[in-house]
Amino acid sequence: MLGFLLGRLAQAALVMLVMSVLVFLGVYAIGNPIDVLIDPAASPDMRAALIRQYGLDLPLWQQYGHFLGNVLSGDFGNSFVFRIPVMSLILSRLPATLELAVTAMLIATLLGVPLGIWAGYRPEARSSKVIMAASVFGFSVPTFWVGLLLILAFSVEFRWLPSGGRGPAGPLGLSIFSADGWTYLLLPALNLSLFKLGLLIRLVRAGTEEVMASEHVRFARAQGLPEWQVVGLHVLKNIGIPIVTVFGLEFGSTLAFAVVTETVFNWPGMGKLIIESITALDRPVMVAYLILVVLLFVVINLVVELTYGFLDPRVRLKSGA
Amino acid sequence: MSTLKEAPPALEVRGLRTQFPGRQGLVRAVDGVSFAIRRGEILGLVGESGSGKSVTGFSILGLVEPPGKVVAGEVLLAGRRISGLDGAAMRRIRGAEVAMVFQDPLMTLNPVLRIGTQMAAAVRAHDRVSRAAAWDRAEQALTTVGIPSPRARLDAYPHQLSGGMRQRVAIATALLHRPKAIIADEPTTALDVSIQGQILAEVRRLADETGTAFLWITHDLAVVSSLADALCVMYAGRVVERGPADAVIAAPRHPYTVALVGSVPSGHAPGARLPQLAAGLPPRGADGAPDSGCPFRTRCPRATEVCAAPPPERDFGAGHTALCHHPVEAAA
Repeated sequence: MLGFLLGRLAQAALVMLVMSVLVFLGVYAIGNPIDVLIDPAASPDMRAALIRQYGLDLPLWQQYGHFLGNVLSGDFGNSFVFRIPVMSLILSRLPATLELAVTAMLIATLLGVPLGIWAGYRPEARSSKVIMAASVFGFSVPTFWVGLLLILAFSVEFRWLPSGGRGPAGPLGLSIFSADGWTYLLLPALNLSLFKLGLLIRLVRAGTEEVMASEHVRFARAQGLPEWQVVGLHVLKNIGIPIVTVFGLEFGSTLAFAVVTETVFNWPGMGKLIIESITALDRPVMVAYLILVVLLFVVINLVVELTYGFLDPRVRLKSGA
Repeated sequence: MSTLKEAPPALEVRGLRTQFPGRQGLVRAVDGVSFAIRRGEILGLVGESGSGKSVTGFSILGLVEPPGKVVAGEVLLAGRRISGLDGAAMRRIRGAEVAMVFQDPLMTLNPVLRIGTQMAAAVRAHDRVSRAAAWDRAEQALTTVGIPSPRARLDAYPHQLSGGMRQRVAIATALLHRPKAIIADEPTTALDVSIQGQILAEVRRLADETGTAFLWITHDLAVVSSLADALCVMYAGRVVERGPADAVIAAPRHPYTVALVGSVPSGHAPGARLPQLAAGLPPRGADGAPDSGCPFRTRCPRATEVCAAPPPERDFGAGHTALCHHPVEAAA
């Protein structure tokens, strides 16, 4: 177990290193930041001074060395646009995205797992067919369009919920502690959850159908287990692994790429920040953001793998596997 | 009938018929099967794949997968009719009064749940006892089937046990509620021969000690010949020959049973080719249902014109009967 953990951590460090090179090169390749930073009418002297100040006159490998050294000490530099340290900029946006992503995942899981189990348990029922048809919409209709429809219905037509923005931030920078915060959160979270909801329903249904057809469910029934226990004991634990896998991946991508929903609902999260910095060629923000996203996925994958061992005793956690 | 009032058989099946909708009409997987098993008796139900022996077992428990359906017949448990009960009543009987053991113990135990969790769930499906009490009952049941250090086994997962050990766990689970009858569907087929022998001896002992009646479903005549008290030979959903196990094995009367007995290797010189049966399917009428003639006549070496008529039941004494127009003589 310890060996597994150490091996995985070494792997993670390697992934992070490779990604830092790719991110650095990728961002270096797009545009010249000086053009963004400086007035086009500035004199060549001022231009040269600025290039020297940012170290852009050094060879590429030296620039990368500086960059890596700074990153390791937690310094991603200052945002060209906001003129404040990138880390505090991103961290100030993190709570908004975090609560949006977590709420969306909760909606998807709490609805998707029961609906999927029902659809897999009674595949012939009319209700199951309705659920399956609806799940197709969940991941085939574009997010931005559903978002606009939600705004049109609940904000414009019924005037129940605000059309965008975020409620006042409370403790920890989260807005979920006030009722007002929830009125803002509900629509974007619902919008963001639809894709995952559709995915989970189909995944859970497929798993449930497979388990229900298995010999051990037949054996459990032959022992006279009531149906709720056949489902609660046998199905839930057996479909755990695919659910956790997809849950992990989806959670990561929701955190990192909630861009569309955040844009449609004007939600001040990280997704909006990255879009703004790409438009403004705000390189430090882009680099820091991408590095954080890689870190996020590495951590989530590690947690998912550790969960496998808990869910399925046949999975042996071995180092280097 | 004797004048003494006899106890009803532990498990009795009368005229059981189960059918599945197939592409060419209804398929009668079980077509009028009847038998009775007394307390402590082991009845071997023998036949080839597709002869309807497993479906017979599932039909008794009301566990036939839809669209299959039991359409006729009754099942009596110690004289009480259990066929046709509603789902909830049938659930209370399953596991408590009739239990079942399946072929592959690796498939029948849930791989991600501890043995103890699964057995405790089986205990608590019928008795309202605490978790701890259920685990104690499970431990006792494991001891009954001869599993060493049962407490440690309860904490294990199925893949941590050997095949023979897993099948003992399955049998122990079936025994939890001291059922009147256990239906064992090919329970030793997936095991190697020495483990198979141990399990068979264990089952014989359990039948004698607990009075549990066993319906032992298998395609392997060698297994039942040493274990069963009585035999029913099934072909195409019907019991074509029945009787005391030694009588049927020593002097099979139905040509199908003769072929089955003849294909057991032990009775032949080493290196000699085993006799083989001709391939063929049971004849079917225009509606897809089997006709009333002998189902074996398409493969039978003794078949004549008369076999298209319903075969008569021939009695050879001591409860040994066969459904055949041309039964084989005793000296076969």
